[in-house]
Amino acid sequence: MSDYILEMRKITKTFPGVKALDDVNLKVKRGEIHALVGENGAGKSTLMKVLSGVYPHGNYDGSIYFEGQESQFKNIKQSENLGIVIIHQELALSPYLSIAENIFLGNERHSNKIMKWQDTFSESKKLLERVGLKDSPETAVMDIGVGKQQLVEIAKALSKNVKLLILDEPTAALNETDSENLLKLLLELKQQGVSSILISHKLNEVSYVSDSITVLRDGKTIETLHAKEVEISEERIIQGMVGRELTSRFPNRHPNIGETIFEVRNWNVYHPQQDRKIIDNVSFRVKKGEIVGIAGLMGAGRTELAMSIFGKSYGKKISGELYKDGKKIDANTVSKAIEKGIAYVSEDRKTYGLNLIDDIKRNITLSNLKKISKSSVLDENKEVIESQYLREQLNIKTPTLEQLAGNLSGGNQQKVVLSKWIFTEPDILILDEPTRGIDVGAKFEIYTQINELAQQGLAVIVISSELPEILGLSDRIYVMNEGRLTGELNKGEADQESVMRYMTGAGGTRDANDNEFI
Amino acid sequence: MQTIMNLFKNNIREYGMVIALVLITGLFWILTDGINFKPLNLTNLILQNGFILVLAVGMVLVIITGNIDLSVGSVVAFIGAIAGVLIINMNVPIWLAVITAIIAGALIGVWQGFWISYIGIPSFIVTLAGMLIFRGLTLWLLDGQSLAPFPDSFQSLSSGFIPDLFGGANVHIFTIVLSVMLSLVLVYLEINKRRTQLHYNFEVAPLWLTIVKLALLLLAINWFAYQLAQNKGIPTVLIIVLALIVIYTFIMKNTVMGRHIYATGGNKKAADLSGIKTKRVVFWVFVNNGVLAALAGLMFAARLNSATPAAGDMLELDAIAAVFIGGASMAGGVGTVIGAIVGGLVMGVMNNGMSLIGIGIDWQQFIKGLVLLIAVGFDVYNKNKN
Repeated sequence: MSDYILEMRKITKTFPGVKALDDVNLKVKRGEIHALVGENGAGKSTLMKVLSGVYPHGNYDGSIYFEGQESQFKNIKQSENLGIVIIHQELALSPYLSIAENIFLGNERHSNKIMKWQDTFSESKKLLERVGLKDSPETAVMDIGVGKQQLVEIAKALSKNVKLLILDEPTAALNETDSENLLKLLLELKQQGVSSILISHKLNEVSYVSDSITVLRDGKTIETLHAKEVEISEERIIQGMVGRELTSRFPNRHPNIGETIFEVRNWNVYHPQQDRKIIDNVSFRVKKGEIVGIAGLMGAGRTELAMSIFGKSYGKKISGELYKDGKKIDANTVSKAIEKGIAYVSEDRKTYGLNLIDDIKRNITLSNLKKISKSSVLDENKEVIESQYLREQLNIKTPTLEQLAGNLSGGNQQKVVLSKWIFTEPDILILDEPTRGIDVGAKFEIYTQINELAQQGLAVIVISSELPEILGLSDRIYVMNEGRLTGELNKGEADQESVMRYMTGAGGTRDANDNEFI
Repeated sequence: MQTIMNLFKNNIREYGMVIALVLITGLFWILTDGINFKPLNLTNLILQNGFILVLAVGMVLVIITGNIDLSVGSVVAFIGAIAGVLIINMNVPIWLAVITAIIAGALIGVWQGFWISYIGIPSFIVTLAGMLIFRGLTLWLLDGQSLAPFPDSFQSLSSGFIPDLFGGANVHIFTIVLSVMLSLVLVYLEINKRRTQLHYNFEVAPLWLTIVKLALLLLAINWFAYQLAQNKGIPTVLIIVLALIVIYTFIMKNTVMGRHIYATGGNKKAADLSGIKTKRVVFWVFVNNGVLAALAGLMFAARLNSATPAAGDMLELDAIAAVFIGGASMAGGVGTVIGAIVGGLVMGVMNNGMSLIGIGIDWQQFIKGLVLLIAVGFDVYNKNKN
């Protein structure tokens, strides 16, 4: 029998216009914990989707060997039958069903389609013992915390006789104690012969539990590190993750930075449902004409920070103060925030940015109908003129302004959302992942537009998961980790490694408030 | 030719319904040997369907926000009962009774809007409860009995006609005058629109197309008016419905409020993040629907000339069907006042035509059900094809 439980050879997967995976190799030894690390968009999730059969055989190039046998999965069911189980970041449990019902969902204990409840509960109990969960299997899943739900997912995997367990960011939503328990459980399962692949952004966890670490970058395998051979420090992993060169994908710019225009002081936000602090005492400031980047990994709280500032659109028990031009302002509702000159371009343009079933011009004018109306009566001619102007400014490619937003490409949709917020004539523009999922050409156009806006004196805040983007655009960078600001870096002193250190929490916490006058 | 095809493709929703209405009307013209086009029948058509059209106007707003109102049938009965008790039992002046009834309708809207918007109970549940609540209150108010008759002046709300200022003998001249004036206004508006578009260098539809469209519309209006003039002239109901069409089309198309209603239904989360107070929008749409349901209730009671406990039973379903036949979407964000009116007319012409040729109520229901299914199915098919 082969030494490796899994070998993925020369996997290449292309989406229209993008090579998501390029000749990737991954070898997982029997009974090891193998970590898969890389920036957002490096190809980790795509690789796991190839492995589990979400992308069926024939949809990608390369071959997969599981326990020495070549496997050609057509769907998830086939990979699960062989013992490959993937647990996604977004848990796939049905909240109103009991723990036991969830464990055997789709895999019910039955005789002739009649449920065998006795078996369901007794087998669940045994599985729960294995994962160290003491709750009754009859408890509804919505009544237990996220940490325990994660354990239920693992119990569910065990019920399928899992041989290779894949965990995608399992601790992203967990607090420290729960995270630690989960990692210990992984080590225990390893003793019982279960191999696992761990995808995580938290490098301290990775170096704590992993036997091997494979680094992906831009869809390519960079290296595989083995704990036995070298000591894997977080520094070492970071080096592999960011080793890419910055290319000149960014337009030139001559910043013209003025006075501080916007300031956030001691901002705290709690999760809307759970009693968990999402933003922890964050303070920062932005100057006129300045582009400030906010870097951080998934789950660091960047979007939550932005949305809570923008009319308290996220979270509860929000405390802290906002200042504009040195005066305290009230931006408790979205319309007040817009009035005060704040604009927020969401990372999810389809859900939060656009009305996809309405046309371009109506989407552009929606947040500032005052500008095209007199005593509440709209001037549709003015609307056409104004939106036509923005369409030309941002080079929105469309036959007419009457085109529905839902029919546009991602890049053009993003330009419509950007136009919509430029139309509100903001002083402070918050851009959340402004180039997510759009092609390189459109990216450049959006960067140019961002520079142009800063030149006009707007304060621009850019949230991005792409480090090169943050480094290429920003005059100053704040770094977030687990709801806190861990660092503040000027353009000169920031490079990928230093930012990544603060992002992963490896750099310790450098309180931004200590650096008031950088 | 290419332009016509494109124009048709892009507006298949709007034109499709108008064409369906023309086809259905034509079908019954053949089946009834032209009786359905007789002046008397056309007048009846309006009198029979006026209150459904009023309900459809209120309902289309509710449905555009992504909600539904199942209670309007019961509200119609309840408002009729209030009017009956006030006018017949208590001899309250009619103008006061009408105002009281409209305010009661607004309060019903406030009640339902509150539960839906601010407490967050789905509108289906709230208005299903409302359906029972207001039917129950109607029975209590009327003590299970019908109240009749209303004074003549109240009845004129649904069976009155505008007087002929010119005293025509066989033809109602004032009706003709009004229809010619309306035609002139429409021509003026169209010319004005073209002029502005040209002034701003916007794209304009080809001139011949505009002329053909306008000519067809004017022909239809004036022919219809001429038919009415041969009977008793323009019914009060038609004036009410036309006024509502003009007002609500203007609100939905040309005001900030209208935009907010479409945006709320199209994508509530995006609307919230655009600074629109979506809760307030939904609340006021329900208040508005209460007011229009009250108006329909008064028209219904006047037409029946009595307030009865069973009034308006299942009327909400006619209104909802009219809105969906008129191209609105269950998911919200799509729909027009004109569409709802056309949808209501499709239902009305079918009811009327089928009664004329003697189809029983059983098959009438069956056929109306199929038409609703096919109309919406056609819509869904078109959407998926794109």
